[in-house]
Amino acid sequence: MQPSALRPYLLIAPSLVFLLLLFVVPLVQTVALAFDTPSGPGLGSFARMVGDLDFADALRNTFALVLCVVPLQLAAALGMSMMLRHLRGGRDIVLWIWTIPLGISDLAAGLVWLAILTDKGYLNTVLFELGAIPAPQSWLTYETPGVLFLGILIAEFWRATAIVFVVIVAGVQLIPQEYEEAASVFGATAWQRFRRVTLPLLRPTIQTALILRAVLAFEAFAVVLAIGGRNFPVLVSQAFAWQYQNQNYSVAACYAVLVTLVSLAATLVILLALRPRAGETV
Amino acid sequence: MADIRIAAVTKSFGTLAALREVSLDVRDGEFVALLGPSGCGKTTLLRIVAGLETRSSGRVLIGGRDVSDLPPRLRGLAMVFQNYAVFPHLRVRDNIAFGLTMTGAASQRIEQQVARAAALMHIETLLDRYPAQLSGGQRQRVAVARALAVEPAVLLMDEPLSNLDALLRLEMRAELKAVLAEARTTTLYVTHDQTEAMGLADRIAVMQEGRIVQMAPPLEVYRHPSSMFVGGFIGNPPMNFLRLPVQDGVVRLGTLTLNAPRDAGSSVMLGIRPEDLELTEGGDGFAFRVQVPEPLGSHVLLTGQADGQSLRVAIPPDRNIGAGQTVTLRPNPERIGWMDPATGLALEGK
Amino acid sequence: MTGLRRALFVAGILLVCAWTLVPIYLVALGGIGGAATVYAWPKPFWPATLSLSNFQAFLEIEGIWPAMLRSIEVAVLCMLFSLLLGAPAGYALARFAFRGATIYRLTILMTRAFPVGILALPLAVGFVRLGIYDTAFGVALMHTALALPFAVLVTASLFLGIPRELEEAAWVFGCSGLGAFRRVVLPLAIPGIAATAIFAFVISWNEVFAASVLTVRHKTLTAYLLTLLSEAPLQSQLAGGLLLILPSVLFIFLVRRYLFAMWGVASR
Repeated sequence: MQPSALRPYLLIAPSLVFLLLLFVVPLVQTVALAFDTPSGPGLGSFARMVGDLDFADALRNTFALVLCVVPLQLAAALGMSMMLRHLRGGRDIVLWIWTIPLGISDLAAGLVWLAILTDKGYLNTVLFELGAIPAPQSWLTYETPGVLFLGILIAEFWRATAIVFVVIVAGVQLIPQEYEEAASVFGATAWQRFRRVTLPLLRPTIQTALILRAVLAFEAFAVVLAIGGRNFPVLVSQAFAWQYQNQNYSVAACYAVLVTLVSLAATLVILLALRPRAGETV
Repeated sequence: MADIRIAAVTKSFGTLAALREVSLDVRDGEFVALLGPSGCGKTTLLRIVAGLETRSSGRVLIGGRDVSDLPPRLRGLAMVFQNYAVFPHLRVRDNIAFGLTMTGAASQRIEQQVARAAALMHIETLLDRYPAQLSGGQRQRVAVARALAVEPAVLLMDEPLSNLDALLRLEMRAELKAVLAEARTTTLYVTHDQTEAMGLADRIAVMQEGRIVQMAPPLEVYRHPSSMFVGGFIGNPPMNFLRLPVQDGVVRLGTLTLNAPRDAGSSVMLGIRPEDLELTEGGDGFAFRVQVPEPLGSHVLLTGQADGQSLRVAIPPDRNIGAGQTVTLRPNPERIGWMDPATGLALEGK
Repeated sequence: MTGLRRALFVAGILLVCAWTLVPIYLVALGGIGGAATVYAWPKPFWPATLSLSNFQAFLEIEGIWPAMLRSIEVAVLCMLFSLLLGAPAGYALARFAFRGATIYRLTILMTRAFPVGILALPLAVGFVRLGIYDTAFGVALMHTALALPFAVLVTASLFLGIPRELEEAAWVFGCSGLGAFRRVVLPLAIPGIAATAIFAFVISWNEVFAASVLTVRHKTLTAYLLTLLSEAPLQSQLAGGLLLILPSVLFIFLVRRYLFAMWGVASR
């Protein structure tokens, strides 16, 4: 082999070794840890996880959050990217503002919405001024689970729609303008153009955006903790609690395995649901 | 100054043979054009000479020195790229000086060479600009100046004019020829444009499917193509081919009787260029039914049928012939070529 | 578009802008308005007094300064690791057609389907054994696992955007392989590489879960804020939130030109 034939392998080797050590190895370790119980390998930790008081709530909350927020974000991102297309002036500044949340951590987002939703927060101020409530009222407790859920949903929506938006806009930019122009020449209305031309051509982009976002949404953690505290358990916060507070690494690993499986399943579902039809290239 | 010797170079990409034992000699100071349709291997050959592509076998010698295994920078050549490859982060001045800077030339000599190359290409006023501030034609000039500045033993050009618009291309072609003729640099020039090759080259190497099928001065390639492929590829419109039966050593075309070539079989292809056919009134000739007349200013191009086969004829612009008319044509006997219908190769005339 | 539709359209654009900006403004109000603003009822919608007292109070909380420095240290390390490991691989993907390139690219993309952050759980055990638990180096390693796939794909697209011909021209005119990279490719790639670095920095700066799991005493800012959630007064939390947000807003501004080019390729 000539030296130049080896070069690409030398260039990718460091990253491969790194990913092996910090991705593959911990992945295997997680699984091993999950099956490791004081009384030898077995399903004991899984049993403890399922038997945990908060387990059912955590599972339900996680799914409810993902299933509500991801479709909403997709719809919002599509709408925003279509609006952006018709924008004449000020595109740069609008783009910047719309993508600011991309740089905001989920913890910071949680704190932002905590400031708004807390007892003496801005939401209650508005409600008070409108005469809807007589005095500061607590929303973020287990007594008002609906409002609590809504609060977390809004915070997550506020923070993470930008990433879907950016992926969609990047995808829209790849679609030649001619397709839409052709459609409008043949008499399609704006809605028909979006529905019949843009949306189908965007399918691969939507696929990646959904996978990206869904996997991250299953990992939602700090937003939930900042706003809901212990009142709104999700899978990852349970994993954190078992690892950090209960120091039971095995049960924590069980949660990690569960989150991983759920993420992979979601990826698979999205891949299959939006797969190209035979012979189709977009 | 140096000659280039390409000896039995082959190149295969997997099972695909891009070059099949290509051998080619470019004499010192000569301008050779590699001409062929896309995918014929001409660019691959040039890149192997440059050292940008590895060869599967064979050798490349420049000035008698075997450079086959040397990296590009040690081969003593310069190159002009199809998309110019002018460095966008360097000013024009530094672009032109790039090659000399790399060899560690003295700054005074660099300055002198940059000024000379810039003057040759008429870009003295652009020296302090960045490439983004230049038009396509100006970038092209910078690319050529950069190559000339190093006074290379060998200059390689890969479709350098193909990205220019038609008018600019014509202008650059003439200028390039003047500059290179003065510099007397050995040049290997890749193009798919036959007029470029005809206009610029001392000799043309016509390539087809990884082989050089003809290597000759432009006029010879034009007048005596070595095969139907060459005749059809060079010339616009291309050469006409009429398939005719051979009987008793002669070929009959209308009232004309032509001597068939020596090695002819039962039929031959008669090759004739559109401008080598003329209208005749009353004399010997063959019938041609006009289907489409196209007045092109300098001449009228007639497309029609003779002997049931399609044919193109170029006639003087003042002749007015309508569609559907039948006229009599006579070929210039000195410009007739014969080809074997099976192999497509030229046959010796008698 | 008719006048009314145009007006509605502009209103829509402004509404989305407001939706993004108003919450940030409100938290900033809490951050710079002084303790009175935070606890006032009903809340004012503009600062009664401009005061950095909340910030001061926040910064005086024990451990905040070390946590901030720790966060910067981790983020800078993560940035360096991501570039040093990712850029060569990106260059290989962009410039060489080699057997396994597709598989490598797919492997990198595949990491997306995994909740990578959660892998910090078993790493905590391993890191204790290696003696890098509760160190900036350890957290940076974990964050690099998050940022690396991104760095590889983005730098690959970056190098792909630099015509190969430029590099070849450099070779022909006397550069060695490394010389051409240094003199031609690198100068052209620098802005994009800087943007990639900033992204890696932001990913690390913002990460909460892994940082919390992998540290005890030497926490990053996010991890430290997380432990403060139930303890510190609200105004300090808001000041902390503001402190987290401000650099991010600045970073996004700096890399805004690259945002779409980057995600366009990084998403395929």
